[in-house]
Amino acid sequence: MKYPKRTFPGGVHIKDYKGFTNSLETVEAEAPAKAYIPMSMHIGAPSRPLVAIGEEVKMGQKVAESQGFVSVPAHSSVSGKVVAMQRMPIPSGRMVDTVVIENNYQDEWITAIRPVPRESIEAMDGAALQAKVLEAGIVGMGGAAFPSHVKLAPPEDGKKPDVLILNGIECEPFITADHRIMLEKPERIIAGLKYFLRIMGCDKGVIAIEANKMDAFELMVKLTEKESAIETVVCREKYPQGSEKQLIYTITGREVPPGGLPADVGVLVHNVATAVAVADAVEYERPLIDRILTLNGDAITRPMNYRVRIGTLYGDLIAQNGGIAGETAKIISGGPMMGFAVYAADIPVTKSTSGILVFSEGSQVLKREEEMSCVRCARCVDACPMGLEPTTLMKAAKKSDWAKAKDYEVASCMECGSCSYQCPSMIPLVQYIRLAKQYVTSRDGNGAVNPFLL
Amino acid sequence: MEQIEKPLILSSSPHFHSRYTTEKSMREVACAILPAAAAGIWIFGLRAFFVILLSVTGALTSEFLCNRIMRRKVSIMDGSALITGLILALCLPPSIPFWIAFLGGVFAIVIGKQVFGGIGQNIFNPALIGRALLLASFPVFMTNWTPARGMAIDAVTTATPMALMKTELFAQLPPLGQMVLGQIGGCIGETSVVAIVLGGIVLLVRKHIDWRIPILYLGTVFVLAAAYGAVKGYSLLYPVYQLCAGGLMLGAFFMATDWVTSPVTKKGRMVYGLGLGLLTGLIRFFGGLSEGICYSILLMNILTPLIDRYTRGRIYGVRNKGGEKA
Repeated sequence: MKYPKRTFPGGVHIKDYKGFTNSLETVEAEAPAKAYIPMSMHIGAPSRPLVAIGEEVKMGQKVAESQGFVSVPAHSSVSGKVVAMQRMPIPSGRMVDTVVIENNYQDEWITAIRPVPRESIEAMDGAALQAKVLEAGIVGMGGAAFPSHVKLAPPEDGKKPDVLILNGIECEPFITADHRIMLEKPERIIAGLKYFLRIMGCDKGVIAIEANKMDAFELMVKLTEKESAIETVVCREKYPQGSEKQLIYTITGREVPPGGLPADVGVLVHNVATAVAVADAVEYERPLIDRILTLNGDAITRPMNYRVRIGTLYGDLIAQNGGIAGETAKIISGGPMMGFAVYAADIPVTKSTSGILVFSEGSQVLKREEEMSCVRCARCVDACPMGLEPTTLMKAAKKSDWAKAKDYEVASCMECGSCSYQCPSMIPLVQYIRLAKQYVTSRDGNGAVNPFLL
Repeated sequence: MEQIEKPLILSSSPHFHSRYTTEKSMREVACAILPAAAAGIWIFGLRAFFVILLSVTGALTSEFLCNRIMRRKVSIMDGSALITGLILALCLPPSIPFWIAFLGGVFAIVIGKQVFGGIGQNIFNPALIGRALLLASFPVFMTNWTPARGMAIDAVTTATPMALMKTELFAQLPPLGQMVLGQIGGCIGETSVVAIVLGGIVLLVRKHIDWRIPILYLGTVFVLAAAYGAVKGYSLLYPVYQLCAGGLMLGAFFMATDWVTSPVTKKGRMVYGLGLGLLTGLIRFFGGLSEGICYSILLMNILTPLIDRYTRGRIYGVRNKGGEKA
């Protein structure tokens, strides 16, 4: 059967490099000797540590509690002893208080993982389900790391979303974590989606999958055949199809206003991996202590999809994979389009680490030529999924003309990198636009004050 | 744990780049010009080849010298000066003295491009600046048309179809087939519609140019010519002859589409194409010149920044320019 492939205006076609790992079954990574649990693996207020140095902790034990509404607790991913509290970098480069737990390799759970009786799940209302999501420390696992319970607040009357989208697009090259979870745990994804629908009082769920994952799409279509509330949709292979705003447009034709939320247009978007975590939290009361990620890059000899405990150092995972071949030049946390280059390998896997990419010096992927003058070819204008003019914004940034940048809606840029990817003159457009964005969205707002001095 | 001795590269995203570069693109554009150049040499003989060679040499030499004088990186390898030289040569008459062809290449690069700061900075299409300056300085040489090979053998000079239409001497017009192949009097690269369209298709397929500019340009001229012809009671073939004659095809595919001097927005390109068509029609039907491509494009080049300002694209979630929220 042929399905129409939907998409959005703009965007770029990028070689996806997913062939290395998309057919490899997820492998359970060895538990680390020490787990490093950062107090800030999410957007919002950092969690507050609940344990002290020397304290024995068990697997799944809450080691930090949430502070405020936009915050989540953190749990130990191993059983053992708290040996240190230290400041450590997270993938974005920010220094964060981190609880270090020495693993005793007993994998002793704080409460045994067993199914919660059906009846008690059925008796739960939206607020009770939402509380389970918060308790499990779940955040958006697609990369944004926004606390999931915040998006799952049972809506007031008349404000419920009419569509709930599960994002299984995964448009970043190399990354196949969501692809594998869709192939390996499709029932859990559907179960999670049903809880989302129940909490939000929403009647329609859409599972969106990119056309380069037709196996996952066909499987999902088969499994949702009898689900009248759930539709599975295939989207054209294009970057950034997985971006929340572009996905909402693709599925519903609606546009989220600048500074607004998907809820403003009656939509809610969650990642497929988040759905599995929510299903586990509700049905097994299992906290989020591990996740699937893709380890790849030309310096990795055996590309792999791993289920990794949160808090495992990148270097530990790379070492058990067989180490690095050749001289390492760059390690990217996440995908090559929007991921962070990290400055060391001793950085812990967090709840939103979808991939670790290691590239060597000779990598063709990293090759960059010298920046030239803009020739106004407008490839960036055609590529921008937001309809912005990256070249105009770049020129405004070069001239420190923040008023012009503001007039051309620089704040709408989501930094997907399509323009920089496409620029034949090798101009780092996104980097210039980021600068302008900093000035325009700073407290001053008119660019009169250098935001980096505030 | 895996030990890494050397410092890692830190940079902000994206970490990927497409293999597409300006230089590669310029090379392809230069190749797309070749059919028109080859047709010119075939039609007007080896002399046309030397005119092209000298125009290109003039462009490349002056680009190199400008780079040196301004202490900049030598940019003759980026292909842009080569294209300027080629395009200029294609809109010169085959009988032009070689030194004028060379001087045209120099004018185009020095005055058309380098004084503005080099690639990407110029306001006008450099090749057309070169042509306009030559036309003003050497009007006799610039309008001396030699016949194509295979035409009346004893003719020393000939009238172009453009001039024949201007003076309503329709009976003397060559047959349409000859017009399309290019066996007519005219500039080196402008006569062969077949060769130009072939190159134009390459540019369109390889996405070097936006279809909006040539299609709207040609479409507008066609419609205006049809209307003008109808009023004047000319033959129904009149608009077709208007499309094939003169520099319109060459201008529409290779000069109006110049990245640097045309608008960046899609809507802007449509306005630009439309404006080009209107100006060309105005000059051709009511102006003193028989031809209007060069000045139409130069005039629209001036309007490019203004067109860009008023044709901004729709931004996601924002209704229109100026931040009016949806």
